[in-house]
Amino acid sequence: MNIKTFDELLKLIKEEGAHFGVSEIYEFIQYKEAEFLEIPVSEFRSRVLNILNTMKKSVENGLKSNELSKSGLSGENTEILKKAFQKNGHSLIFSPLQKRVVLYTISIIEENARMGKIAACPTAGSCGIAAGVLTALKDEMDLSDEILMNALITAGIIGEIISDKMALAGAVAGCQAECGAAAGMAAGAVCYIFGGKNEDILNAAALALKNILGLTCDPVAGLVEIPCVKRNIFMAIHALVAAELSLAGIKSKIPLDEVIDAMKETGELMANSLKESSEAGLAKTKTGIEIEAFLRQKLERR
Amino acid sequence: MSKNKTLLDIIGPPMIGPSSSHTAGACRIGLLSGKIFGSNLKQVEFTLYNSFAKTGFGHGTELALLAGVMGYYPDNPLIKEAYTAAKNKELEFKFHYKEDTNLHPNSVNILLSDGGEKVEVSGVSLGAGEITVNKINGYKFDLRGDFITLILIYKDAPGVVYRVTNLIQNANVNIASMHCDRNAKGQVASMGIALDNDISSYVMEKLSEIQDMYFIRKLEKIV
Repeated sequence: MNIKTFDELLKLIKEEGAHFGVSEIYEFIQYKEAEFLEIPVSEFRSRVLNILNTMKKSVENGLKSNELSKSGLSGENTEILKKAFQKNGHSLIFSPLQKRVVLYTISIIEENARMGKIAACPTAGSCGIAAGVLTALKDEMDLSDEILMNALITAGIIGEIISDKMALAGAVAGCQAECGAAAGMAAGAVCYIFGGKNEDILNAAALALKNILGLTCDPVAGLVEIPCVKRNIFMAIHALVAAELSLAGIKSKIPLDEVIDAMKETGELMANSLKESSEAGLAKTKTGIEIEAFLRQKLERR
Repeated sequence: MSKNKTLLDIIGPPMIGPSSSHTAGACRIGLLSGKIFGSNLKQVEFTLYNSFAKTGFGHGTELALLAGVMGYYPDNPLIKEAYTAAKNKELEFKFHYKEDTNLHPNSVNILLSDGGEKVEVSGVSLGAGEITVNKINGYKFDLRGDFITLILIYKDAPGVVYRVTNLIQNANVNIASMHCDRNAKGQVASMGIALDNDISSYVMEKLSEIQDMYFIRKLEKIV
């Protein structure tokens, strides 16, 4: 795809889209992607559906399991949360939708940690965010697969344009480019589902991304667990906040394209020790070092 | 060799967790290596380097590599059970762990054998699930699994490239990209050719009939 900026995207939808009678982001993009892949739009959508179904299945599997990951650092949290919700009959703080979002998100990211099947949206380490938010919305609001696929395509183009500026990898731009990007994608998708216009969708992404700048990638022992598992939940709720604000009419004073430029610059300025090398931050706290040493012993005993 | 990223790569792809580089990427390197080796694999030794060696355990890197050489794709839930599957197949496997700062953080060397013939493959997981197999038996390649690819190792001589491309052209197949390398003039050379379409077994046979062709494989797309 050759769309480099969100300004260009909106402009193209107005100019070219009008030609085909399409006005929404997902309609235009599915046409463009299908053209690029040299397949019919229906085939493109069936591939999106395959990804959506993987997401649904990962929630289903994750909710059923309490198996620990290989390292033993995660895998128990879904059940802890589920039990707490059951005990109280509800969440102490969240609405039913938010409750479902946190539960689904953690179930997916823990399923990832225990080597279950997930959709890397946009990466494995951030797979719970967009998938958790969208599947929770689907179940809570009884949405059709068609709407979810439209939302997923909307999330996808947000991620794709970001990825044109920087690789979506913690090693390149820190967690900004993984969980951060996922939150931006999810924010846009939620905004779409609640009837946001194209500008509102991109504004929601801008609001989400503005508030994750500088997010480090400093996983303990280099594993996709601490802090990744819990961070996914925080970023899922972060996406809801961005969508809510945007739908209310609150504008990001800095437009999305410029936020992404800032994100890229921030990623470049961040020390390599904070970009997936586990040489600083949480990875090198007293406890982080102890966990790493413990796992190394476990490794040597293999 | 180029890679055409699409929106589907952003919202997916479906894979077994927990890491696109250390699990899905590792599986892909194994998969490509297994296909390069061909059938009747009996023994395999993996040497994991740097980050692969240090964090592989928690990422299931070893399981993914082993599953890969057995032909599993990165979205196969059975990756987790790769040790058991290998034992059932009587496939012997060993893992070694090394540090080498000259290599990429996520590097692996794979030695595959049917008990007699040995093939050595080196691969790197580049991030986001993308990989490259950069060496086969010491010869340089850059195989990413995103095209049907021909790999040839042969005695360097005038006209070999022409004969190879001529056979492909006669089959009416377009070459997407091509990479040649050799150790020294007149010695052994290697060629990697990415194709837009498949070629028939007849063309493969004709290619293998070229004089002093030591090793020839056709790899299907794996991404």
